[in-house]
Amino acid sequence: MTNETKAKGCEGCALFFQGASNCSGCPETIAVRTILGVAGRNTVIVNATSCLEIFSSQYPNTSWGVNYIHGAFENTAAIAGGVSLALEKQGREANVIAIAGDGGTLDIGLQALSGMLERGEKVCYICLDNEAYMNTGVQRSSATPFGASTTTSPSGSVKPGNLTMKKSIVDIVAAHHIPYIATATVGHVDDLKAKVAKALKKENQPSFIHVLNPCPLGWRFDSWRTVEMARLAVDTGMWILFESEKGKMKITKEVVERKPVEEYLKAQGRFSHLFKPENNHIIKKIQEHMDSEWERTNKMCSE
Amino acid sequence: MDTHIIERLSEIIADGEMDAKYVNVESEHSAMSVCLGAQATGVRTFTASSSQGLALMYEMLYIVSGMRLPVVMVNANRALSAPLNIWNDWSDSFGARDSGWIQLYCESAQEALDTVIQAYKIAEDARVRLPVMVCIDGFFLSHVYEPVDIPDAQAVGKFLPKFAGPVIDFDKPVSQGMWAGPECYQDFKKEQNDAMIRAMEVIHEINKEFKEQFGRGYGNGFIETYNMENAKYALITMGSLAGTAKHVIRENKIHDVGLIRIKSFRPFPFAEIKKAIKDVHALGVLEKNLSPGLGGALCHEVRGMVKTKNVSSFIGGLGGRDVKIDDFMKIFDDIRHEKKELVWV
Ligand SMILES: Cc1ncc(C[n+]2csc(CCOP(=O)(O)OP(=O)(O)O)c2C)c(N)n1
Ligand SMILES: [Mg+2]
Repeated sequence: MTNETKAKGCEGCALFFQGASNCSGCPETIAVRTILGVAGRNTVIVNATSCLEIFSSQYPNTSWGVNYIHGAFENTAAIAGGVSLALEKQGREANVIAIAGDGGTLDIGLQALSGMLERGEKVCYICLDNEAYMNTGVQRSSATPFGASTTTSPSGSVKPGNLTMKKSIVDIVAAHHIPYIATATVGHVDDLKAKVAKALKKENQPSFIHVLNPCPLGWRFDSWRTVEMARLAVDTGMWILFESEKGKMKITKEVVERKPVEEYLKAQGRFSHLFKPENNHIIKKIQEHMDSEWERTNKMCSE
Repeated sequence: MDTHIIERLSEIIADGEMDAKYVNVESEHSAMSVCLGAQATGVRTFTASSSQGLALMYEMLYIVSGMRLPVVMVNANRALSAPLNIWNDWSDSFGARDSGWIQLYCESAQEALDTVIQAYKIAEDARVRLPVMVCIDGFFLSHVYEPVDIPDAQAVGKFLPKFAGPVIDFDKPVSQGMWAGPECYQDFKKEQNDAMIRAMEVIHEINKEFKEQFGRGYGNGFIETYNMENAKYALITMGSLAGTAKHVIRENKIHDVGLIRIKSFRPFPFAEIKKAIKDVHALGVLEKNLSPGLGGALCHEVRGMVKTKNVSSFIGGLGGRDVKIDDFMKIFDDIRHEKKELVWV
């Protein structure tokens, strides 16, 4: 495929073509085009097995106008490390960006991620978090929030969906003392752009960006509400936008008046069972958890 | 096992004798993944593993060969758990038999060294472009001290010039490691198999070329025969077992039994083996591998191509058990008597 396909108004569009087979309302095109718009042509994308990989790289077609490598599900960080070191060895300057899903990062890819971060390889690692294994049919991952119904944590007559709190990957990543860590969403594109630009600076690498990617199919909301859902996550405190640069942490989007988490939960089918009277305590628990996370993050940012 | 290789390499690189990036990975799975990423940009890569490590790498072996990346690795053959056992047999690399890697088994430390040099040339040949696994018997080869002639770097450079395979190009981006549906997946696999078959001639050529330049060759590159001139019987084996077999034949002045050492297990040298056993009455296969429920996998492959002669099957040396001189004498007798049942040595 050539790079001829160009759409107006988006730098990343020339590098990630039209015609990918993702669902309508899929946030991943927004994320990828935003990332590529900043990164440009001199980029190698290393992608985990995931929705993105499936809808962008079916032989003989490709959506990628930059060099693209897919290896497996759990080793994106290691492959990207190899790419980065080999390019360095050849004396070539390029962005090496690893992109993996929440399963490929928080679950099966955690070890390879830790290894790459610990070795300090020059990689920008971006986790596109849609809070479940979406490409294989909405199975729960350790990024699935408390109370969410998935195909492996269904809401039933005795179990109200997923019974564990979302794993805090940024805390785990932070324990590696890497120079740059950020959270982002596809509903805050300028914020994402600024963060990608920082994360691509070699002196900031390895860097890590955790992007919330609301998935209409898995979360069960109408496909035109993707961006709204990402913004609602931030406005309700279900997702906090911050960055940590060389140990200095700061909130990048202040939310003056947080909306109650109910507003976020009731907008998505995966939480609909929580609104039965007997599950009221779960919503309360989620609110309490988010409150404490809010406090914890703000405290860290004021230190 | 593999650790000696990796430790020594780290010293060579630390002393600046070799200009390479050395990556201390957290697992063998990541080791092969780093090789994948690096190789995909257009450089040479190497890793070494063994036993559980190779088992952990298993997934990536298929992906690297399927992506047609000419990675070279050494596997120090060792048993697989359970029970936990750190000693030699071939279970690890036999498990990866169908992973699409060329597998070359060595008899001596010298051959191991020479084969690694050849491996890059085989792997990178445009007719092949497949990864190569150089298999050496754990402990028997990985931990022996024996004199080895190390060819000088210039001579090796002449034999194996700088990497000339595809290099990543930012003006002509490509997608690697794509997925393929039922309409074309099989075609990729057929191409891999065709490349394996073409590798036969390449292995042969490179063995010859190496011999011309360095004075050392290993049979015709895929099998080596010993004492086969007047042999009525043949023993087929691989790796360091062949060294002992040769010793037993020589010391006991045995005339009726010859040895066929398979060096290239993948691609499997059917025609060459057939030619070598043409005049024997019966043969036997001795191997350090077990496919439970089937028996010896190597023997099974040989039996598949030899319909008219008895092929006795011997499994020995599992988990590092010694196969001794007396054992060979008994094996030769069993071959002569056309033993039918599987023999545990
Ligand atoms: C070792 C291994 N286990 C399972 C799979 C099947 N598999 C492929 S992608 C995937 C889930 C991906 O989930 P995630 O990383 O969250 O990405 P998403 O599909 O949501 O984009 C699974 C289970 C695999 N390819 N490899
Ligand atoms: Mg996911």
